[in-house]
Amino acid sequence: MRGIQSALEPAGAQAEQIARLWDVFLITATVVWLLVMLFTIAALLRRRPEIVPNATSPRVRNAVVAATGLTVLTLFALLTASIFTTRGIASVPDRAIQIAVTGKQWWWHVEYDDRDKSKRFTTANELTIPVGVPVTVHLRSADVIHSFWVPSLHGKRDMIPGKPPSTFTFQADKPGVYRGQCAEFCGYQHANMAFWVTALPWPEYARWVEASRQPSRIPSTHTQRKGQEVFMNSPCPLCHTIQGTPANGKTGPDLTHFASRRSIAAGTFPNRRGFLAGWILDAQHMKPGSQMPSITLDQGDLEPLIAYLESLK
Amino acid sequence: MTPQRRAGFSPPIHGRGGLKPALRLALVALVLLSCEREERRFREMPSAAGRRNAERLVSLVPGPVTPDVKVDNPYGYNAYAISEGKRLFTWYNCQGCHANGGGGMGPPLMDERWRYGSDPEQIFATIMEGRPNGMPSFQRKIPEYQAWQLVAYVQSLSGNVPKDAAGGRQDNMQVRKQEQALPDLEPEREPAPVQ
Repeated sequence: MRGIQSALEPAGAQAEQIARLWDVFLITATVVWLLVMLFTIAALLRRRPEIVPNATSPRVRNAVVAATGLTVLTLFALLTASIFTTRGIASVPDRAIQIAVTGKQWWWHVEYDDRDKSKRFTTANELTIPVGVPVTVHLRSADVIHSFWVPSLHGKRDMIPGKPPSTFTFQADKPGVYRGQCAEFCGYQHANMAFWVTALPWPEYARWVEASRQPSRIPSTHTQRKGQEVFMNSPCPLCHTIQGTPANGKTGPDLTHFASRRSIAAGTFPNRRGFLAGWILDAQHMKPGSQMPSITLDQGDLEPLIAYLESLK
Repeated sequence: MTPQRRAGFSPPIHGRGGLKPALRLALVALVLLSCEREERRFREMPSAAGRRNAERLVSLVPGPVTPDVKVDNPYGYNAYAISEGKRLFTWYNCQGCHANGGGGMGPPLMDERWRYGSDPEQIFATIMEGRPNGMPSFQRKIPEYQAWQLVAYVQSLSGNVPKDAAGGRQDNMQVRKQEQALPDLEPEREPAPVQ
């Protein structure tokens, strides 16, 4: 019921409304169920009357009319509650942070928009948002249908390939880390297509944005420099981008600030040395079917490569 | 009506004999045959496992004359590999010059006669080593198995793969008729104007 990925523990205005609607439905359905059970049991226990009332007798008719009326009324009340909730969560604020999220098999491409093109930046599998400020996500898909779902913050929204981006707005009211998950079966690694949403107070968020706009750190030690050389001369830059270096591949996640992320492979493994080494050398064993190929490195190249990637804060 | 029929719920009972056991066995064997059409590998072969230098760029070799080593594409005629090769063809910007097989800045690939050979190992060498006047070398830039997947796809462009392995559809501009294309429809004739 509780946790970082629970619709029953809402952390934002939209999720709160959905949770309240859930409460209304749950309570109503419980009452209806209890009433139905009560009447059923009563009917079972009741003795058959001496004179069976005619189906057209006023007593029977009144009972049927009352039950039908009550059912219609209940359903109508639920419909009204549902419509008001939908209206409530569909409101679009004037000013919101704009983030474009593209679902890919099996990870999330995240782009922070800005009027000033030089201030746009790209990351992957993680959204960082400010607390108490609405965020509008523009959802697209690059291949098959995915669905964007952060239960703690909002409902689901499908990402349909070949369609203009669908947008929806949510807001986190409590700082924290929330987990999102692809909610539409999208292939072999659908279950391992997760992401994180970190809600920070505004000053910290502004600092994070400023840091994310910077190009990657320049390697400072000998090992890191060697690692960068390995990176550039291996298959890596054909798919990955590191801002500030010649690596500008667009088909894989952007690695400019890779070391600041919580996880690798779209929330599948923690971003730690051992997992990273395994991921580079044998991604097909850790997440079979993913687009990351298993890479063969020369002896002694792995250590510097990881040192370099870990320096990309 | 027999009493058995009147029971109503009992399933229809086959008469004795039915299919001959040998025929049944043959049918089962036939069904089983379809199981192993091809293998989709998740663990690719490690790079350079014994096949480096198997593809020679020139026919001149020192020492005694030895027969050429024929190298088969480990992914030849494999539907999954061909579709992967198709994806990589775009990812690695092959279509930037070869334009989905029709050719552009680079030569077309829709036929099967190529300047540097159309055998799998020759295409592999072309991709890995590059060729003069524009073809870049992908050596150490892509894993070897991906180069072989590209070879499988490039060979399928000329229609030289069985129907069950060839890609079913193409989203790009067509350079040739699709494997699974429907036959052309006769264009509807306008009725002649009445004089």
